[in-house]
Parts: sequence; C-alpha cells; structure tokens
Amino acid sequence: MSVRQWSRDLGMGARFALAGGREGWTRALLTAVGVGLGVALLLLTTAIPGALAERDRREEARSDHTFGQQEIPKADNTLIVVDSDTIFRDQDVRGRMLEAEGPKAPLPPGVSAFPADGEMVVSPALKELLASGDGKLLRERLDYRITGTIGEQGLVGSQELAYFAGGTGLAERLKGSASGARIDSFGNPDLGSSDPWDPVLLLLVLVVFVVLLMPVAVFIAAAVRFGGERRDRRLAALRLVGSDSRMTRRIAAGEALAGSVLGLVLGTVFFLLGRQLAASVEVFRVSVFPSYLNPSPLLAVLVALAVPAAAVLVTILALRGVVIEPLGVVRTARPTRRRLWWRLLLPLGGLALLYPMIGQGDDGGNFNQYLVVGGVMLLLIGVTALLPWVVETVVARLGSGGVAWQLAVRRLQLSSGVAARMVNGIAVAVAGAIALQMLFAGVEGNYTRASQYDISRAQMSVDVPDGSDTAATVAKYRDTEGMRKVTVLSDMHLGDRRGEAGSIIQITVADCASLREVATFPSCRDGDIFVAKGSEYDSDSERLAKPGTTLWAASDDSGDRAVSWTVPRDIREAESREDPTGYMRGGILITPGALPEKLAALISTRLFLSVDPSVPDAYDHVRNTAARLDPTSQPMTWHSIESNDRYAAIRTGLSVGAACVLALIGASLLVSQLEQLRERRKLLSSLVAFGTRRRTLGLSVLWQTAIPIGLGLLLAATVGMALGAVLLRMTNTSVRVDWPSVLSMTGIGAGIVLVVTLLSLPPLLKLMRPDGLRTE
Amino acid sequence: MSIGHTLLGLLESGPRHGYDLKRAFDEKFGHDRPLHYGQVYSTMSRLLKNGLVEVDGIEAGGGPERKRYAITEAGVTDVARWLATPEKPEPYLQSTLYTKVVLALLTHRDAGDILDTQRSEHLRSMRILTDRKRKGDLADQLICDHALFHLEADLRWLELAAARLDKLREAVTR
Amino acid sequence: MTIPAGSLLTAQDLRKVYGPTTALDGAGFSIHPGEVVAVMGPSGSGKSTLLHCLAGIVMPDSGSITYNGREVTAMSDAERSALRRSEFGFVFQFGQLVPELTCVENVALPLRLNGSSRKEAERTALAWMERLEVDDLRKKRPGEVSGGQGQRVAVARSLVTNPRVVFADEPTGALDSFNGERVMELLTDAARSANTAVVLVTHEARVAAYSDREIVVRDGKSRDMERVV
Repeated sequence: MSVRQWSRDLGMGARFALAGGREGWTRALLTAVGVGLGVALLLLTTAIPGALAERDRREEARSDHTFGQQEIPKADNTLIVVDSDTIFRDQDVRGRMLEAEGPKAPLPPGVSAFPADGEMVVSPALKELLASGDGKLLRERLDYRITGTIGEQGLVGSQELAYFAGGTGLAERLKGSASGARIDSFGNPDLGSSDPWDPVLLLLVLVVFVVLLMPVAVFIAAAVRFGGERRDRRLAALRLVGSDSRMTRRIAAGEALAGSVLGLVLGTVFFLLGRQLAASVEVFRVSVFPSYLNPSPLLAVLVALAVPAAAVLVTILALRGVVIEPLGVVRTARPTRRRLWWRLLLPLGGLALLYPMIGQGDDGGNFNQYLVVGGVMLLLIGVTALLPWVVETVVARLGSGGVAWQLAVRRLQLSSGVAARMVNGIAVAVAGAIALQMLFAGVEGNYTRASQYDISRAQMSVDVPDGSDTAATVAKYRDTEGMRKVTVLSDMHLGDRRGEAGSIIQITVADCASLREVATFPSCRDGDIFVAKGSEYDSDSERLAKPGTTLWAASDDSGDRAVSWTVPRDIREAESREDPTGYMRGGILITPGALPEKLAALISTRLFLSVDPSVPDAYDHVRNTAARLDPTSQPMTWHSIESNDRYAAIRTGLSVGAACVLALIGASLLVSQLEQLRERRKLLSSLVAFGTRRRTLGLSVLWQTAIPIGLGLLLAATVGMALGAVLLRMTNTSVRVDWPSVLSMTGIGAGIVLVVTLLSLPPLLKLMRPDGLRTE
Repeated sequence: MSIGHTLLGLLESGPRHGYDLKRAFDEKFGHDRPLHYGQVYSTMSRLLKNGLVEVDGIEAGGGPERKRYAITEAGVTDVARWLATPEKPEPYLQSTLYTKVVLALLTHRDAGDILDTQRSEHLRSMRILTDRKRKGDLADQLICDHALFHLEADLRWLELAAARLDKLREAVTR
Repeated sequence: MTIPAGSLLTAQDLRKVYGPTTALDGAGFSIHPGEVVAVMGPSGSGKSTLLHCLAGIVMPDSGSITYNGREVTAMSDAERSALRRSEFGFVFQFGQLVPELTCVENVALPLRLNGSSRKEAERTALAWMERLEVDDLRKKRPGEVSGGQGQRVAVARSLVTNPRVVFADEPTGALDSFNGERVMELLTDAARSANTAVVLVTHEARVAAYSDREIVVRDGKSRDMERVV
C-alpha cells in the first residue's frame, strides 16, 4: 500500500467533508464546532496548572514578612511594611503601608516609586472600584491620594484588589499590635517550597479534572460521528463506482480527519477568545492574567495529536460493525448479545484502584495521583460500558403499552446501541457531577461546622489598640451607622506566683451590662466582683478565686509579675455562660469600679459589635470607623458557618460547568436525533397517511429518548453515588448522600432530554407532512 | 387500415391533386408499400360518390388525373368518427394506431384522446382476459397471460407514443 | 361533471399547486361502494396527488371532496386523521411497514391506533394475514421478508380495519409480475367480498386490468373513460 494511495484517499475524504454542498458544510461545521469546544476546554484545562503555578510564583515574589522571622536593624536599605488588609463587602483587599528607611529600600514588585505619606498606588481593579459609585465607602476608608497603579508583576490576578500606602512612624506601630516587619528585600526564599497541597484539596482538583474532561472526550467522540448515516450511504455510492472496502475506510478516515483538524483550528480560536475573556472574570476569588494561561507545550502537542487520532480511531471502530456494499450499507446482522462480565470489570477495577486509599485523607497520608485518576476514569468509563448492556437488557423486557410506547420500545430493541451511545455523554457527566457534589458537600461539612459564633448576639469583633482611650473608642463605634450594641470586654491573666511558672487565672473586666454577656448573676452594681462557675476550661479558678489569695500580674513583656492583687472578701458567685464567641469563661469577673488603678493599665480590650443587618453596608461602616482609629486594625467579621460562601460558590460553579457540558452533549443529541428522523421521513409520512395522530408519533420520539436517558441517569446516579461514597471514605468523612445535588443533576439531565425532544418536534411535524409520500 | 380515411385525413389540411395525395401518403405512411395510383383513383371515386369529398377544380391539359379534391363537411365528420373509434385490440395494430395519431396531429386534433380511448378499449379486453384467467385452469391462465402481455405491449407503446407526442407533432408537421 | 348517484367518494374540480408545478388542474373523481377504480396516467400527471387529496392526506387548493355525504375539505386535521384511521386503508409502493415492529404488529397497528387492545388487535390481524397467506411471517420483521410478502402484509394492514375505501398507490410497483398479480388478486378479492372500494393508482395495464374501470389523469385533468365513451 503506497503512501500516495493513502494520501489520495485521505484527501478525497477531506474533500467530501468540506465540499459537500450546503449540507456538507453544515455537517463539517457542526463537527468542527463540537470538536473545537472540546479542544478549547482541553487546552484551557492543560493551562490551569501553569496559571496556578504562575500565581504562586508571583505571590512568593512579593511576599514581605512571615511570623517569627529574624529582626534586622534599621539601615539605608530597609523598609518597614505593615499589613493593612481590609475587606470591602465580601471582597478581600490586600493592603500594605510602606515606609522606606533609606534610599536603597527595596521596591515591591510592580511598583515604580514609593508612595509618600498620604498617597497610595493601587491595582487597576481597585482603582476602578474606587472610582465607581459602589466604592464610595471604601474610598472613605482608603483616604489616600492615588499616585499610580501596581503593575502586573505585583499582582496575582487581573481582578485582585490591592494597594500600597505610604506612612510615617511605622516602626512605632510594629511595637504595638500591628502585623508587619522591617525588611531589606521582597520575596522570601524560605517560602520557596510552599506547603504541600492538602491531600483532600488535591483529590478535589484531580477529580474535577477527570470529571469535566471525561464527558468532553465522549462528546468529541460523538461529534466526529455527526452525519454518519449519510456518510455511510455516500461511501456505498463510492463502492458502486469501484472503490474497495479498504479505500472507503480510508476515505471515511479522511473525512473524520478533516473535521477534527478544522475543529483543532476552531478550538485554538475558542481558546484564545476564552483566554482574553478569562482576564475579566473572577472565579472563586481567583482571577488570572491572560499571559498566565499558556498550555504546556507538551500537553498542547498531545491534544493536537490525540484529537485527530481519536477521531480517526472512532470512525474506524464505528465502521467495524458495518459492511459497506455497493448497493447500500449493511449493519452486520443481529449483533451478538452484550456480555456483562467484562463491562463490570471496569467499574470494579476502578473501585479496586481507589480502595487502598480509603481513610488516607486524615492522617496526613497522601493520595497516589495515578491511582486516583485511574480509578475515577475506570469508574466513569464503566458507565459507558455498562449502559449499552443495561439498555439492551431492560428494553428487551419492556412490555406492552400504548402505540407510542410500542413503537419506541421496538425501535430501542432493534438498535439499543445507538440509543445508549447517544446517552453515554450525559450519563458520564451526571455520574461525575454527582460524585463531586457529594464530595464537596461532605468535605464542606468537615471544614465549616467549626464556627461557634453566636451571630445573633454579635457579628463583629475588634481590638482596642493598647494604650488608646477605650471610652473614646467605644463612643466612636457607638456612633457608627447601623450599630446596635457594643459589648466591651477587657481581660488579663494573673498568676498565683511572682515567678514565671504557676497557675493562671483569667480576669475579665466589664460593666454590668457587658458582664451579662458572659455570666448570669442575680444582681450587679459597679464595684461588684464575681467568680465565674461552670466553665469546663479552667480548673484553677476554684482554688485561686478564694478571698485573700494574692495574685500577681506582669507589667511588661518580660514575664516578671511585679504587680499584686488580693482577692477581696466580698467576691460573689456567678454562673458562666457562653460568650458571643461560644466560649464559657471561668476566672474572676470585675466591674470597673472594683478594678485597682495599678491593674487598669494592664488590660487589653476587645469590642463585640452587634450591627443592624438591615442597614446597608453596616459592616463596612464599622470597618471605616476602625480604619479611622487605626489604619492597620483588622476587625473580624463573624459567620455562623465559616467559609460557607466559598464552598457554595464552588458548588454553583460545578453545577454551571456540568450544565454547560450537558448542554453541549444535548446539542449533539439533537443533531443525531434529527438525523434519525430524516432517515425515517417516508415511514413517518405513511404512518400519518393511515391516520396516526401526531401526538402518538411525538410521544414515541419522547419515549425513544426518555427510556435510555432514564436508564442512563439511573446508572449514573448509582455509579456517581458509589464514587462519591468511596471518595468520602478516602477523605475519612462520614458518607452522606447529598440528595439535592443528586436530584438537581439528574433533573438537569432529564431537562435536557425534554428540551431536545421539544426542539426536534418542529422538524418532526414538518417531516410528517404528506410531501414525504411524493415520489415524483 | 383504412386508406379512404387516411386520404380523407390528408385532405383536411387543404385541397390536393390525386397525384399529390399519393405522394403524401407514400411519404408519411407507405414506407414499404407505396400506393398504386389506381388505388387512389378508385378510393377517391368512392369518396366522391359518398359525398365525403368534392372536386375543387381540374387542371387543363395535364391528363385525365389532374383533378383537385377537397374534403366536405361530411368528410371531416367521417374522419373524426373514425379517429374516435378505437381499434379492436389485436396484435400488430400499431400501423393503424400510428396512422391515427399522425393524422390527429396533422389535423390539429388531440392525439392524447385517441390514446386514452384506445387504452380504455385495451383495458376492457384485458379485464375480460384477467377475469377468465382468475376463473380458469392453468392452461387458461397461460393462454390469457400470452394475450395480456401482447396487449400490454401495445399499451406500453401507446404510452410511449403519448409521451412523445410533442416531438412527433414537430416531425410530422414540418 | 355530475355526481353519479350512489357514489361513496366524489371529488369535483380539484386544484392543487406545489410551488411552480400544477399537480391538479380541475380534476374530478367518483367511486361506488365495492368498486375498484384504476387511476392511470403518465408519471408526473398528478395521479398520486389526486389520491392524496381523495384520502384527505393533502388539502386541495380549491374544489370539493365528498365522502359519504360529508365534505372532506371542511374537516379539521384531527377529523381527517380519524377518518383515515377508521374508514380508509392504505397501501404504498414501499417504505410503509415500521421496520422495528414484527409483521403481525404492523398489521395490528391501525386497530391499535383506533384504541383496540393489543391482544384483540393482533388476533384480528392474524386472521387477515391468513387470508393473504402470510400468517407464517407473523414473528418476522419487515427487513426479513421478501418484497412480495411485505406487500401482502401491507395489504392485510390496509384491510384490517374493514375500511370502506382502500387507497393503493402503485402497490405492485416494486414487485415482479407474478408477485404483483398475486397481490392484486388478493387485494381485489378481499375488497370485493367486503364491499370495500379500492382507488388504485398505477401505470401498469395488467394491474389496472384488475379494476372495474379506470380514469386517466393527464396534466392535472382527469378523464373518466367509462362515461366519455
């Protein structure tokens, strides 16, 4: 077989694919768009690891300080950096205050000159936000003059909100509660090897990749088969004029090749468009620059080779059961009954691969990536292998019913393979999505049930800076818009010995109203002292809170307890209760009137703020007040379920992604559905001629899709839940079926069938017109 | 085949001399058997006697047979009746049918009608044969089938002729 | 054309235009109960369109069609479908049997469309298949039987509802002469014994010879030979 012969046949196939008149073009375009969407998705996915790595690299390059790092002396190449991060609505804003201590102080990446006191440089996204009406409150908080923008080098994403503000006297702040450091360079080599991925997170990422890419692969396989029946007939015509069966196969391969190459081109275009689009969106608070999204060359080449190869392979495989005769296409008579055992091997093999990793999520163990990917893939491929058997077996047993039902069931019995193939993509996508949703739901429970904050009592807390006027600070917060109540709790710890070691007792200082937030007592006047009972946390309170006991307090950081205080005689008992943070405190409760002067200077004060949620931006008004008092303060906002939003966003994203994949598959379903209908034009017309109701025919089309889809979804739900359960066991999470997501995913799948049927109804009605009977 | 009707039909397009009539007949219908002059003469005499033609004029000096004939009203009616009457279905009647069709075209009559009428007549015979076949034994069936196939061949030829009427009209009226 | 007394189905002055082509241009038709009428004419003459109009499958642009005293052109699509289901039967040249259904299921289909139970419908269907000598094919699918057998199954299906009129469009078009004649014999015998009228579109004289009379369609106009001659 000469190369010339090969290339001639392939070329002829390519010509058939592209020059088949309007209809030929539509078909080629359909295939190309299908393959193109798949390719774009593949390229985008291959680019994501690189993009994340690039983000990490930039994050590392701009990192300024870590806890417990060595202090360095002031020099002409040092810089003081103080964190001034803030939150606006639900968006994080990265903030730093800078003060250069000499001419050689290091500039942060992306910044060309230090902002002077009262000035700042901002990221483009922040600049835009501040300029907009929405950003008015934030503008009040970041009350600096904008003198420049931070370049791409200094940002980890196009949508990141960040600023560098100039300041003076920052070294003083470092001694206070502010977080920051004196540094002589940006980028911390110690951070080079960042923390290893959380194994559960790694598992999530791997599964997401496999689950999203598997249906894409199935879809590409379906896309290259668009117009298959017509192609077979064309090939039959070629056989008639003398091409042998090998030649026709090569010509068919050429057609598939042309479609997939066109698809590669379109896919590249889609990818480039998507890349630009990616710059303007933020997913899960992660945004990227287009330049990050570069598929690794190796993977890109792999995609470019694998897609056409797969297209040709699928075509050749599809032609395997088909004998193309000069006078038409003969499908090899009654295919042998499908066997179950090897089909079962695939999902069982998948489970076997995953089994050894059960329970490894907790004890710091690692998941073997290959086993995870292999296991998940085998399970999902198992769906595509099992489905034809399930459809065949079930359909063969379906009994009597109305005419529509009979027509549909008989058709399915005759060609269950075709039906199963159409549904495969949807089944795989749904199975994967259900498993993922279960995993997310389970893991979410793990990570988020920790919060014990009682947000009905307070929603925010903020520390009063040491040494500032507490009363004035409290007054400022009380005056803040939307403030309902400020609870002021100060505390300190006293020891039973003057030395460093010994037992510790907590002392809480607050007025009677605020004390009621931490304990219950029959009466309270200023000057009262209580011992809190009922706390499970400190066992020493009983012993140390006895009247006459002398307790010692430290006057500075040295740990030397030089100030003493004696527990007075009139101490009363109070019943401890959970404070707004969910903490049952023990120790001694003192009203301000009973607090000796010498101790008053040693307490640190925290405010618990309850705001009126009906006041818009109440939280941001509080943050503004805090920033006015101290730009480096970071008020904490409480959530009843911590980071719930984020998981919800991920799950929404997953649902949307799955829905898009399903819609894509639905499109291919529609195409093959219409193709089949056109094949039966004459039959449909004659059925209408002898009086078949249109409703009957429409219903039979619906059944014909709904039965395999129903079975597919059932199988998908089963496999998906099994996979979900295994994944949850792997992360050592209790197995809980997330019914809403099971129902919503299968619901979306079912909805797609309905839409496909509805969309194929108008052409069906058109085909049922008697024109189909005309032979002239 | 009726020579009288044929000659009458030829006269319908305009008066002709006897000699012209023979020439026209030979050219259009007498491919292998040209008409004897005597045949023309005796036929015309009979038609003249029956009032279907009349003498339009005699050319002087040319000889005894230089009479010019024209068709009468009665002659036209006679031709019409002949054309409308189907031939008895029997094998080898193409030449008659052909003559009829050509004449109809020459005289601007609807040749399709002739075909329809003839088909109807053929079908009548075929129905009888079909009926006999259904009731008869194997021998009957074979005999009837033989006749049916011949009749069908005639009809097929008729259909073909009908499909080509336009071309034929062009050819014969050229 | 005047309507002959006792006609079951008549049509007058039918006109139908498909785009640039005029399929029917003033065609008429009439048939008595139990009569077999052949519709003949060259291809493209409009004979199939005439049949489609008569059967209420296609609505003519103008003209009237009367079945049993009812004006067919005034009926809704659903009414005409119901009429076709219960009163008419159909045989086409090919491509009419549902390939997925077995032969007996195919024959039973019109009864099922009329609401009969499956069991009852298939029993009646089998009786008709016996009559058309194809009862041994009941479990086979249309793809597994010969053209002549398939056509007999189709004839059985057209008669299974005891229709008043069977419309047959080139029913023997795809068959050889032996099978074609056998199908015609069975169709006309069955129709005559049930007093069913048959509208038979054909271009073959030997098929038309099974009719009682014929009408000819040419250029969209019909000609009733019985009444002209």
